[in-house]
Amino acid sequence: MEQTMFYVFAAVALGSSLAMVMQRNPVTAAMNLVLTMFSLAALFVLLQAHFLAVIQLLVYAGAVMVLFLFVIMFLNLTDDQMMPGRRSILHVAGVALAIYALLQLRELIERTPASAPKPLAADFGTTAAIGKLLFSDYLLPFEITSVLILAAIVGAVVLAKRRID
Amino acid sequence: MPMDAAFVAAKIGFVFFTVLNLAGLLGWVERKQSALMQDRIGANRAPIFGITLIGLFHPLADAIKAFTKEDFIPARANKVLHTLAPLLAVVPAFTAFAVIPFGDTMTLAGKTVSLVIADLDVGVLFVFAIMSLAAYGVVLAGWSSWNNFSLLGGLRASAQMLSYEIVMGLTLVGVFMTYGSLQLTAIARAQGEFFTFGGVNTWIPKWGILTQPVAFFLFMAAAIAESKRAPFDVAEAESELVAGYFTEYSGMKFLMFWMGEFVEIVVISGLVATLFFGGWQIPWLARDGFHVPLTDVVIALPAMLITLAGVGAFWTKVMILIWLQMTIRWTLPRFRYDQIMRMGWKMLLPLSLANIFVTGLVILLLKD
Repeated sequence: MEQTMFYVFAAVALGSSLAMVMQRNPVTAAMNLVLTMFSLAALFVLLQAHFLAVIQLLVYAGAVMVLFLFVIMFLNLTDDQMMPGRRSILHVAGVALAIYALLQLRELIERTPASAPKPLAADFGTTAAIGKLLFSDYLLPFEITSVLILAAIVGAVVLAKRRID
Repeated sequence: MPMDAAFVAAKIGFVFFTVLNLAGLLGWVERKQSALMQDRIGANRAPIFGITLIGLFHPLADAIKAFTKEDFIPARANKVLHTLAPLLAVVPAFTAFAVIPFGDTMTLAGKTVSLVIADLDVGVLFVFAIMSLAAYGVVLAGWSSWNNFSLLGGLRASAQMLSYEIVMGLTLVGVFMTYGSLQLTAIARAQGEFFTFGGVNTWIPKWGILTQPVAFFLFMAAAIAESKRAPFDVAEAESELVAGYFTEYSGMKFLMFWMGEFVEIVVISGLVATLFFGGWQIPWLARDGFHVPLTDVVIALPAMLITLAGVGAFWTKVMILIWLQMTIRWTLPRFRYDQIMRMGWKMLLPLSLANIFVTGLVILLLKD
């Protein structure tokens, strides 16, 4: 059952991300990305990471992508406005990057031992367990991330304010 | 195992059936209540063999009308997304109800059944995650219709829903801090306890509205904005945008947007009832019977009766909250778009942050 679900959602994730890259229409591409996020969240659920799955949906599918769609709709560009020349360079760079990523992935798979994973703790993936980890073992990265986000917010406000003034 | 599956299927069936019918009935409630508030007679037609039953057959007539109407898609519209949008508006609203408990645990055929479809540890976050997907229905409807009114409605809706989602989430942080859980069953159960003052039982239940009054008002405001109803209905403002994002919809698809809105009202009511009004809890009615206030007397009652009374209490609270939302909808005039944005970001958001801070302070002070 779990394995079938994994294959279904993995296939949907791969298919929709491929469709996202291939699509010319920006809104369809964005919706395909939403579907990718959704299937990734489902894969997280299959890995018992419920909190992560919900946050994935809430932040990426629910907030970030709605903002993307908002901008796409706001600009409402026509086809020829979207792809200004030099397309072949982009294609070559894209293919090269894809090959590089695939090579890296192969190396990663080869390095992974083919043994069964360790059994999980009873509270694995719960909100309480993740909260404890974030505020003990990973406190420094957590705080640094929040400072980084704060800096980004201040930067965005400064940039937008200059435009308005 | 087949027993468990049967229980799950029964629970899903019960919730789906109740929410669907409640939402369908709301089409009638909306007209009748607005009529009463505006001193009109309201829906009183649609007779079946001469019986009108104060217009209660109107939702039925609406459904038949919508089913038989032409399904119109504008010539330059994106057909796939235009069809997908109403589905995206209605399905998340239903799904969100999966984690809302509609009763305490029940012992049936030697098995203890929790009266909630999925008692998730992440609880209320699931509701937010699913409800945030409902924004796509509105945004896509606005974009795919190839109509400027629709596009404007979709733009307004996406900005508004995104802004108020943040307020909604942050407001509830105070509730999580008070009850120490995200799980909706745990939050509802904790509200069955009583306030103690200097070690003396006051017999006042710890309902969310008493422990987190500011959060209740902020959440209610943000939730109404999230369901895009007056005074926050700029996305479909009929006097400026025809019907906003669903201008180009007809027949069943139009009805689906309509249903989505009503289901959202039911979900919001269920959520507010669970978080702020004790869920299925009836004051002084515990698992072992009725505790007479200010005494040690306990009137023992059968467990099944207590559970069923709890289910009744939950749906009663939901209906009262629906009435409250309808009253607000037909009382207040529409905000302007800039007023909505200013209120969300400059008033509700700082207030919800202040609420978190004060809650933390009080918890810290009460600890010693």
